[in-house]
Amino acid sequence: MDSLDSIREVFFQECDEQLNELETGLGLIQTGATLADTINAVFRAVHSIKGGAGIFGLDELVNFAHIFETTLDRIRRGELATSPQVIQVFLRAADILSDFVNAARTDGVYNLAKSKTVISELKHLTSTDPALATDERLDEVSAETGLLKLPYWHIIFKPFPSLYAKGNETMLLLRALERLGTLDVKIDVSNVPELQNLDPENTYLSWKIALFADCTEDIIRDVFEFVEGDCELQISWIEGDTKSDGTFEQPDIDMSKFELFTLPQQVEETSAAAAMSTNNADQNLPDQQTSKTDTTQHVNATIRVDLDRVDRMINLVGELVINEAMLSQRVIEAGIARTSSVAIALDELEHLTREIQDSVMAIRAQPVRSVFQRMPRLVREVAAQTNKQVRLLMDGETTEVDKTVIERISDPLTHMIRNAIDHGLESPEIRVAAGKPAEGTVRLVALHRSGRIVVEVSDDGAGINRARVKAKATENGLISSDATLTDEEIDNLIFLPGFSTASAVTDISGRGVGMDVVRRSVQALGGRISIASRPGKGSTFTLSLPLTLAVLDGMVVTAAGHTLIVPLGAILETLQPRERDIHALDHNIRVLAARGGYIPMIDVAMLLGYRHQAIDPTKSVALLVECESGTRAVLLYDTIQGQRQVVIKSLESNYRAVPGIAAATVMGDGRVALILDVDAIITSTRMATARLERPRIEQTLMEVS
Amino acid sequence: MTTTVLTVDDSRTMRDMLKYSLLEAGFRVLQAQDGLDGLEVLKTETPDVIVTDLNMPRLDGFGFIEALRRDVDRKSMPVLILTTEVDTEKKLRAKAAGATGWIVKPFDPVKLVDAIRRVAA
Repeated sequence: MDSLDSIREVFFQECDEQLNELETGLGLIQTGATLADTINAVFRAVHSIKGGAGIFGLDELVNFAHIFETTLDRIRRGELATSPQVIQVFLRAADILSDFVNAARTDGVYNLAKSKTVISELKHLTSTDPALATDERLDEVSAETGLLKLPYWHIIFKPFPSLYAKGNETMLLLRALERLGTLDVKIDVSNVPELQNLDPENTYLSWKIALFADCTEDIIRDVFEFVEGDCELQISWIEGDTKSDGTFEQPDIDMSKFELFTLPQQVEETSAAAAMSTNNADQNLPDQQTSKTDTTQHVNATIRVDLDRVDRMINLVGELVINEAMLSQRVIEAGIARTSSVAIALDELEHLTREIQDSVMAIRAQPVRSVFQRMPRLVREVAAQTNKQVRLLMDGETTEVDKTVIERISDPLTHMIRNAIDHGLESPEIRVAAGKPAEGTVRLVALHRSGRIVVEVSDDGAGINRARVKAKATENGLISSDATLTDEEIDNLIFLPGFSTASAVTDISGRGVGMDVVRRSVQALGGRISIASRPGKGSTFTLSLPLTLAVLDGMVVTAAGHTLIVPLGAILETLQPRERDIHALDHNIRVLAARGGYIPMIDVAMLLGYRHQAIDPTKSVALLVECESGTRAVLLYDTIQGQRQVVIKSLESNYRAVPGIAAATVMGDGRVALILDVDAIITSTRMATARLERPRIEQTLMEVS
Repeated sequence: MTTTVLTVDDSRTMRDMLKYSLLEAGFRVLQAQDGLDGLEVLKTETPDVIVTDLNMPRLDGFGFIEALRRDVDRKSMPVLILTTEVDTEKKLRAKAAGATGWIVKPFDPVKLVDAIRRVAA
């Protein structure tokens, strides 16, 4: 029922019912049965159609119904008799109303000329000014008077018991006033009697308010619109210190009894019920005194800054980090002792630089709420489209992450949630049959974990149908038919390009993209995605993303004289290959026996074209790396220089995209170092060697991972 | 904490439209078809705000508000009435019956939510 279209549908259904009711009612009246109930029913039918039409902006229908209704109202009030002539007019009006509804239903244009005669007949029946019928609604908008230039509004407000009896609340009125400007609120407690004489239904408090705002009196009166007549209200302008107009100086209010309150917390204590506690108020009040400047500061606690400015600053801080690193390196190269005052001062500078960097990054950090907020609506829509009952639970909306990351996780997250409802959750009937509640649950959780943000999307659906996934992957040629895969590996097959288990592509999670697109967009952010599934219990997709896209923890290595950075997140282990662990599959593929399996070795320098003669693995340093899909490889380098946080500089915007290279950075010595794209390297090597891999090897590889 | 709103209206279009707008604004929504139905809902639920139509079969909005104000446990519950036109007489009658405020139909979703926030603690 949530989409506007379906509400529109309901509206027209209801119009049909109301038109029937109208017809029946008029028929009854025609036979002489002028019961009040019948007239009311007729009036209500027209009234309801008008109300609904107003929502959908069907102005002509509304205008006509309004005129019709006004005339019917006269019958209801007994001001007009139900003569046969009158009933005839009403029956014709009912027909016109029906025509209007039909025209609106088919988005057609109704010929207004036809309604004109009936309108004039109806208006003829209402002796009062016919123009009123259409014009009175315009009166709602009150004319605004010009802005007054006086320093503040002085408001005296004394609620009567009837104000609270009708469910109004002083606190809310004060809050509404606070939205207009800055408030100074003083409460008069002088009329509060001793506790034994206090009538809880009575009101004893009054408020004296100074409102510093550029608004008209009408706007202030609007705030008190609902309580008109239920309170004493005086509003006046005070110009500076001139109190020429003494109307607000109430002789019955002793100013010395007023105490300063600040909004909004304390005001909650000042509702009618709180009057009871005012015996103690005199002692408590001085503690709660706060100067107006506090309120002002609170209002100014945030500033809006152009994002470009922040980004420029982040860039500059990045340069600062690089410069600081260069300076440190020069100092070391100059042979200055680490204990010297220069080196110690440099250490302090490094700390400071890191702190500046973190603080600047924090400016860009935002809570993930902005993305999470869109999800309840998405869930309702997808649930309606799939005829499933879904409850969405969200947690960790306040978790902060870089703005760019937030912007770019919206799409993958939307897709994952659609997927969880469309593919994860079962239909209510199947759920009930499986002993689960008819309503499925989708959980969306964000949290910080070891310097990354983790977003989990889980459902309590059927879990991954592994038999079907494996069959599909075999059918699509993604795995060989006799491949032995672990449950986890089967689950991860859904992330492969060209994989989709939905026999018919639905427009819900379909949209021509699969989980491989989700994984790719997540990887493009330096993130990882994984799935855990339990048959019959549901699946959990876990997204792990860096908090920022501007810096990276990397391992600095050397390959054929070139300095390269390997993202630390991809490295599992550093190895020293031994001769007996190295096995050649053919002349250019070698595997290393490690961790109980065989892992292909990749000579990075050769892959990047730095040299053409393969390095001797026993003389190299080997890094065991793992890509997002869990596939592992051993990357060979000449030496390891150390671990370092580097500032990411786009290679694409400064040069061009290079396969196997994710980005670049500037090192301490001022030279550019390339940051490896481990995933791309593993994928390209695997594709080149895939056809050579024998099932036995594949099997052992899988066992390793 | 989620604000719960009880809507009382005999028109399904209006109920659905209110529900749509209120859910969009993040409220929890309860529905009743007329005054009697509304009183029935109030036996088990404690909404933060009630939005009621005036013209309804069985028990109209005035009767509903009066009944509510007689109930010791619910007499201070904020009740907003829905009026189609700016009918001062109807507004005054509703106020006399104990209505907290009003919403003018056809309502603008923003104004609707605004009116609810004005009276919801």
